[in-house]
Amino acid sequence: MNLDFSPEEKQFQQEVRSWMQANVPTQKKPGAMGYHSRDDQMAWEQLLGKQGWLASNWPTEFGGPGWNATEQHIFDEERAAAGGAITSPFGLTMLAPVLMKFGSPAQQERFLPKIAKCEELWCQGYSEPGAGSDLASLKTAAIRDGNEYVVNGQKIWTTQGHWADWIFCLVRTDNEGRKQQGISFLLIDMKTPGIEVRPIHTIDGEHHLNEVFFTDVRVPAENLVGEEGQGWTIAKYLLSHERTCIAGVAGSKAGIEGLKKLLANTPTETGTRLDDPTVRQRIAELEVDLMALEFTNFRTLDKMAKGQPPGAESSGLKIKGTELQQALTEARVELGGDDSLPWHNEEEIGHAEYNNASLAYNFLRASTIYGGSNEIQKNVIAKFLVAL
Amino acid sequence: MDFSLSSEQEMIRDSVNRFVEKDYSFDKYLDTVKTDAQMQPKTWQQFAEFGWLGQPLSETAGGYGGNAVDTSLIAEGLGNGLVLEPYIANIVFAGNLIALAGSSSQQEALVGPLVEGNKQLAVAFAERISRYNPAWCATTAQASDDGYVLNGEKHGVVNGANAETFIVSARTGGNAGETAGISLFLVDANTPGLTIRSYKTLGGGTAAELTLNEVTLSDDALLGAPGEGFAPLERALDYAIAAACADALGAMKAMLKRTAEYAGQRKQFGVPIGSFQVIQHKLVDMFIEVEQSTSMVLQAAVQADNDDRVTRRKAIAGAKAYINKSSKFVAQWAVQLHGGIGVTEELDVGHYFRRLTGFNLQYGDREYHLKQFAALSCDIEANAEQRAAA
Ligand SMILES: Cc1cc2nc3c(=O)[nH]c(=O)nc-3n(C[C@H](O)[C@H](O)[C@H](O)COP(=O)(O)OP(=O)(O)OC[C@H]3O[C@@H](n4cnc5c(N)ncnc54)[C@H](O)[C@@H]3O)c2cc1C
Repeated sequence: MNLDFSPEEKQFQQEVRSWMQANVPTQKKPGAMGYHSRDDQMAWEQLLGKQGWLASNWPTEFGGPGWNATEQHIFDEERAAAGGAITSPFGLTMLAPVLMKFGSPAQQERFLPKIAKCEELWCQGYSEPGAGSDLASLKTAAIRDGNEYVVNGQKIWTTQGHWADWIFCLVRTDNEGRKQQGISFLLIDMKTPGIEVRPIHTIDGEHHLNEVFFTDVRVPAENLVGEEGQGWTIAKYLLSHERTCIAGVAGSKAGIEGLKKLLANTPTETGTRLDDPTVRQRIAELEVDLMALEFTNFRTLDKMAKGQPPGAESSGLKIKGTELQQALTEARVELGGDDSLPWHNEEEIGHAEYNNASLAYNFLRASTIYGGSNEIQKNVIAKFLVAL
Repeated sequence: MDFSLSSEQEMIRDSVNRFVEKDYSFDKYLDTVKTDAQMQPKTWQQFAEFGWLGQPLSETAGGYGGNAVDTSLIAEGLGNGLVLEPYIANIVFAGNLIALAGSSSQQEALVGPLVEGNKQLAVAFAERISRYNPAWCATTAQASDDGYVLNGEKHGVVNGANAETFIVSARTGGNAGETAGISLFLVDANTPGLTIRSYKTLGGGTAAELTLNEVTLSDDALLGAPGEGFAPLERALDYAIAAACADALGAMKAMLKRTAEYAGQRKQFGVPIGSFQVIQHKLVDMFIEVEQSTSMVLQAAVQADNDDRVTRRKAIAGAKAYINKSSKFVAQWAVQLHGGIGVTEELDVGHYFRRLTGFNLQYGDREYHLKQFAALSCDIEANAEQRAAA
């Protein structure tokens, strides 16, 4: 057993670090929860794409850098540490693995290169008003009509739906049998007539989410991924990928370091906030939790690299990862004291970083809800544990 | 011990609930929260008509002489109804400070208009470094021939966008951190040398940053005896904290009610999510926290009127420390159990969530109040003396 980076990995880390230091400052500074505009997001991702680093989790045969799990981790950590925005996960980490495994060569050729260069943005059309945790009860219908599917229904909570060029959807192609069996996986161009996108504002006061309505939307049958009725299998495959990246280790690590710097920069009666023993204890608690999470994440990645599929661990990672994100943003708000009170104020009051702290705190309440709520993750793990 | 409300108190409670039901819909809240002032003059006039503005202030000062339990009933109802108007900052805090420290002519000039709804005040005591501690006052007041000259900065002044007059703490003696030597001054918002930067705050309401640059005041701007401002400031702040805890309790009760109702209605997997035992138990934990917090609000309100500083301060600091934690628990789980809809602007649950986060950060966080409490409770000798005296 060896927990160190190899000399090659250390060199790789240096390479990524200097690139980030040179290039992140050329981009607009992202807000508390990433960029507010599609253009800023795409500019950053295209820059990474030009470097060949955007599709950081892809193998070389599909145009990725072919990094191993450790290198991907190093890359993500250096990106976060340099303050580079997180990339939009829908095309890169959700759809791409699905297309690689289930897509036709024509679909791979049509879609993957544009994802790797960020020429097209994607969003995820799974949830519906009546189908959240119980995703399999989704109703949006796709009925075959010659060479097309005709789609009717509604999706909700669609992150970046107002930015996306394409949406991958779970749709119902069959009402017979078990409800999981009638689900299919369909790619839909957001410019198709009959699609309407309406904004939903979240409790950080921002627009990240949308409702997407489909009225007689005609989709070429060639946009079906896999076979009719295979949608649930594909969805489960995708979710296991979504859950590991949702652990957010790199972001939390950068967040804790950033918080320390901020506290060291906050004067008190006798010194700085970082001198205060109660504050130090709180930071230490966060950091110890991060340590456990980071190495559990490594262990899971190692297992995946050896060809074993992630099982209950990915649910555990999602739970602990999101709890840490929440504890960290909560600490930032609370340690900011009344500097955390200004609400969407353009002028800095004390420290802007505290002023904005509540935005991430508010938004990340959703982290234990999306990607399969933490209650649902616990149900998944419980099935492994309890012999009934 | 007797925990029952008097018939007048029941009337107060019913009147707030009726007002919220009839006149303060969620849409009204949404209209109000858009405004820079975070309040509507018409609503404030209604408060005056109901008698709520005079209720917390002593009769000698020109108020209606209610006690802190009465005040907590009003505050709880306002929190329950997501009401934004600055009742606590303007009336309970600033009004009580005038009532406690003001001369009879100052009371006459200010309490009357306050009770009629024609005056907006704010207490400017916090400073950037003070971290909730009202004794940390570095702003200075230099005595001059016919008054005082103030210099310094004030921070996070609640109701700062609306205040026509600020009550500013400044040092006429001693050093920052000491309770002696703090004086209170009435400073009109348009006084030369005073700069006000106001902003909206998380969860509703406003605050301001004040800069005092050679602010020249006459002698009659002094509120109370020179150098003795700390005691009334601390006392009025305790009234404000007790009321803020009651406001938070109202919000917690609203969240519990909505979440329990939602769990009974929202169906997933063919059944209401409230039929899952994890959800039931979480709702039970929320219920228990509401019960515990109800007790803390009650004892804080009763002791807010207590002249014995140690008893009063322990009750207030204990309540704020406890409810900062319990309200966060209730708020976070209310959002979680609602799922996606809980994190949107569309549902009031998210707005209550922000209100409670704001409550946590105002008038002292849990860390500050636990330290205050510990300083009082860990003095074993003083405890023994107190028990002997009781
Ligand atoms: C910010 C945000 C971004 C999102 N982005 C997307 C997106 O891009 N695309 C997309 O398709 N979806 C997205 N979602 C939707 C997300 O996946 C759903 O919100 C989630 O699946 C929960 O569904 P729900 O909101 O309907 O809550 P519900 O399923 O109604 O759950 C309500 C509560 O009940 C609990 N619960 C439900 N079932 C059980 C059970 N069996 N046992 C115990 N507890 C249970 C839940 O944990 C939750 O606490 C997003 C959501 C949010 C908040």
